[in-house]
Amino acid sequence: MIESPIILTFQRRASLATGGIVLLCSQVCCGAVRSDPFSPTNIFSPASPPAHAIANLAYFVLLITAAIFATVFGLIIYVVAKYRRRPNDDGKEPPQVYGSNAVETAWTVVPIIVVVVLSLVTARVIHQIQEVPKPPGAVDVQIIGHQFWWEIRYPKYGVVTANEIHVPVGSAAEPRPTFLELRSADVAHSFWVPRLAGKTNLIPNRVNTMWIEPERAGVYLGQCAEYCGTQHALMLIRVYADDPDAFDRWIKGQQQYAEPNAIGAAGRELFQANACINCHTVNGIGGAGRFGPDLTHLMSRATLGSGATENTQENLRAWIMQPDHFKPGVLMPAMNLSDSDLDNVVRYLLTLK
Amino acid sequence: MTVKTATQDGIPDGTDSSWVSECDYPGTLLERIHGWVITVDHKRLGIMYVLLALAYLLVGGVLAILIRAQLAVPNNHLISPQVFNRLFTLHGTTMIFLSAMPFIFGFANYLVPLMIGARDMAFPRLNAFGFWLTFFSGLLLYFSLIGGEGLSGAGTAPDVGWFAYSPLTSRAFSKGHSTDYWILGVMVGGFGSIATAINIVTTIITMRCPGMTLMKMPLLAWLYLVVGGMVLIAISPLTAAQIMLLLDRFLGAHFFDTQAGGSAVLWMHFFWIFGHPEVYILVLPAFAFASEIIPVFSRKAIFGYPVMVGATVAIGFVSLSVWAHHMFTVGLGPTANTFFTISTMFVAVPTGMKIFNWIATMWGGKLIFATPMLFSVGFLAQFLIAGLTGVMLAAAPFDWQLNNSYFVIAHFHYVIVGAIIFMIFAAIYYWFPKATGRMLNERLGKWHFYLFVIGFHLTFDTMHVPGILGMPRRIYTYEADRGWGTLNFICSVGALFQGAALVVFVFNIIRSLQKGAIAGSDPWNAWTLEWSTPSPPPSYNFATIPEVRSRRPLWDIKHPTDPDWNYE
Repeated sequence: MIESPIILTFQRRASLATGGIVLLCSQVCCGAVRSDPFSPTNIFSPASPPAHAIANLAYFVLLITAAIFATVFGLIIYVVAKYRRRPNDDGKEPPQVYGSNAVETAWTVVPIIVVVVLSLVTARVIHQIQEVPKPPGAVDVQIIGHQFWWEIRYPKYGVVTANEIHVPVGSAAEPRPTFLELRSADVAHSFWVPRLAGKTNLIPNRVNTMWIEPERAGVYLGQCAEYCGTQHALMLIRVYADDPDAFDRWIKGQQQYAEPNAIGAAGRELFQANACINCHTVNGIGGAGRFGPDLTHLMSRATLGSGATENTQENLRAWIMQPDHFKPGVLMPAMNLSDSDLDNVVRYLLTLK
Repeated sequence: MTVKTATQDGIPDGTDSSWVSECDYPGTLLERIHGWVITVDHKRLGIMYVLLALAYLLVGGVLAILIRAQLAVPNNHLISPQVFNRLFTLHGTTMIFLSAMPFIFGFANYLVPLMIGARDMAFPRLNAFGFWLTFFSGLLLYFSLIGGEGLSGAGTAPDVGWFAYSPLTSRAFSKGHSTDYWILGVMVGGFGSIATAINIVTTIITMRCPGMTLMKMPLLAWLYLVVGGMVLIAISPLTAAQIMLLLDRFLGAHFFDTQAGGSAVLWMHFFWIFGHPEVYILVLPAFAFASEIIPVFSRKAIFGYPVMVGATVAIGFVSLSVWAHHMFTVGLGPTANTFFTISTMFVAVPTGMKIFNWIATMWGGKLIFATPMLFSVGFLAQFLIAGLTGVMLAAAPFDWQLNNSYFVIAHFHYVIVGAIIFMIFAAIYYWFPKATGRMLNERLGKWHFYLFVIGFHLTFDTMHVPGILGMPRRIYTYEADRGWGTLNFICSVGALFQGAALVVFVFNIIRSLQKGAIAGSDPWNAWTLEWSTPSPPPSYNFATIPEVRSRRPLWDIKHPTDPDWNYE
């Protein structure tokens, strides 16, 4: 909890060294960074400074509460074992004790000291996380919560995407934190990627901020943590931490549009002529719907429906036919397209790389 | 010493069956039901509150088991998300407003007049009014299953969560009338609670028997005095917020309607300025029962009575300034976060003093482990853990991780089940003989206790872990790769044990009503005034109003050579 930059650097090195090996093994099987044997979303395997600061504070609080628990629980066990009425009891009442000022004072003062220490340490971590100056190299990302997906905008780069956030990896030597500006288009949501930072709510008519700075490349999982309606459960987040070069490449790729081509022509016309265009944006073909996710680079994403299912050709087709099948309660209606129209639309979407 | 027990006055005690039949007018069934419906007797109202609470405890328990069934394995398709959301909304609303609150008001009604030597509450008719408001608030809430559809067919029961964050409750996001029934249910129940709180405070202040100064009241009366005050302060904003929400939904007001410039955060403040004191409103009565039961079964006077009183009042005050620890993730800023961290942690001080005082009461005593004491010791240990996880959650940064995760669910169930429900069970075993004249069966009581302890710990100890592993609350399903599956399965198995324990408990009550051992007026060899009158007490409670000189009037009678007033 009390973290000087030196300790922080040391921790990063240590975790990089140990994490690297585990990373290699685990990334093969599931794609997510699993340096943790229990869960890809364990708050005690932090991979970003705010999460580290919280985990360290948590260890400190756990230590103190464990000591209190051991003492008081021990007392309870002792009293219960020692003072139970014996079978050979004489039937007399035990000596009556009404109180003791000295003892009462002791168990008032000691907890006050403990509470003061805990409060001060906590206050320090609050300020350490929430009052960090934004360095010049920081990346700005706007995240707008929707029922039940995440709109993601990079205003400096002119990039818009959904549900899967790419951020650069930072280090103490080359800090490159990502500052998230959180808003909501409808109801309250909460952004939570446990290994990167604590959660922050997205509330309509309000702008919140938080920051993350992953230490290692990989995928970090999270999900909405404020009940937001029917499909709160399938409002998942994937944060891709890219090495700085890879991140710049990704941004460049997102800044370009797929050129309209012959393969997708029929599907594109259907997309424009049907309701699709009302809710979804595809850059370069007109229309600016923001009710559903931006599809300009749909095929660069790993999942559909904010993590409801994998983004494969079959799933994409099934999704357009009946989104409810993967995500009951999703706001996208079934499109009721004929088989051939559906094929054409899917063929078109597959070109949106 | 002038306490006169009813038996001394020649009025038969509960062992005399002729007296019982004389009191219970042996009319037709309809007449007897009518008698209960029109009653203004605090004891009958108290019993009806407790029965109402028990009924809803069972309903809420069934909802909980359905929730656990859905979550037992990953990617489960047993229950749809729509139904799941209704289940947890109804579960939370039912358990807080229709089970926990009626329990604590039931005990207040039954016990306060008897323990302060009064013949009834200060306002008997207001008392009945409060009960019937609570009764109908439950019907209103559950009527949403029939009437909630509205014209749009939007849904049958409320699905906005028990804290109903705006703007999920606005017309745009909640069509139909399910949310309206939720609002009406909570609002009407709120009026009932306010009525009862006025009654409790007035009764304790004005109706104590001669000799009973404030500092000679049983601790239970002190705790309920603070509870009454807190209900007045905390339930009022909740009820006001429900009215504002109704205005939003029906008259186009914009308090919480964010699409028209209303404030979602305003609702959070309104809700939690109720919601956090509410926890203490529920747990102080648990403290009250513990402060009566632990001394009797330790055979010792409560340790540090004045400190206990001071700690109670301190908890009452501090708990009114901690509400925004539910809102650490709302973005109130470092200053607010620091303030609410400190205020929340300070609640631990008076609460800790209470735990120490209960342990000190047991220290050097002769502990008798009858069922009420078993539940009380369970309460002590579990409340300790609940308090410590509360300290973790009070540390704002830690809370940024744990907020709205299953860790929080585990924490507050530790408070509400592990502390409050445990003490409610203890209180039922302890005062059932007074209310009915018959003992609850000890053997079944121990079955109830051990099954419940096993189930409780299987479910709620385990539940902390998925929260630490990143599982948010209120999700109807989860992916297998998150590592939450086994833990959730264990939680669900625990729920079955708790369900079994409840079945044993209900069976025990029904059986003991007919076959339980006759209790007599003072089965536990206790010290407070309610044990000086027959079981069940006559409608006038005391043949002559008692006079007391100490906090334990019956101790003084039983030990005339060594009365308490020499030491207090």
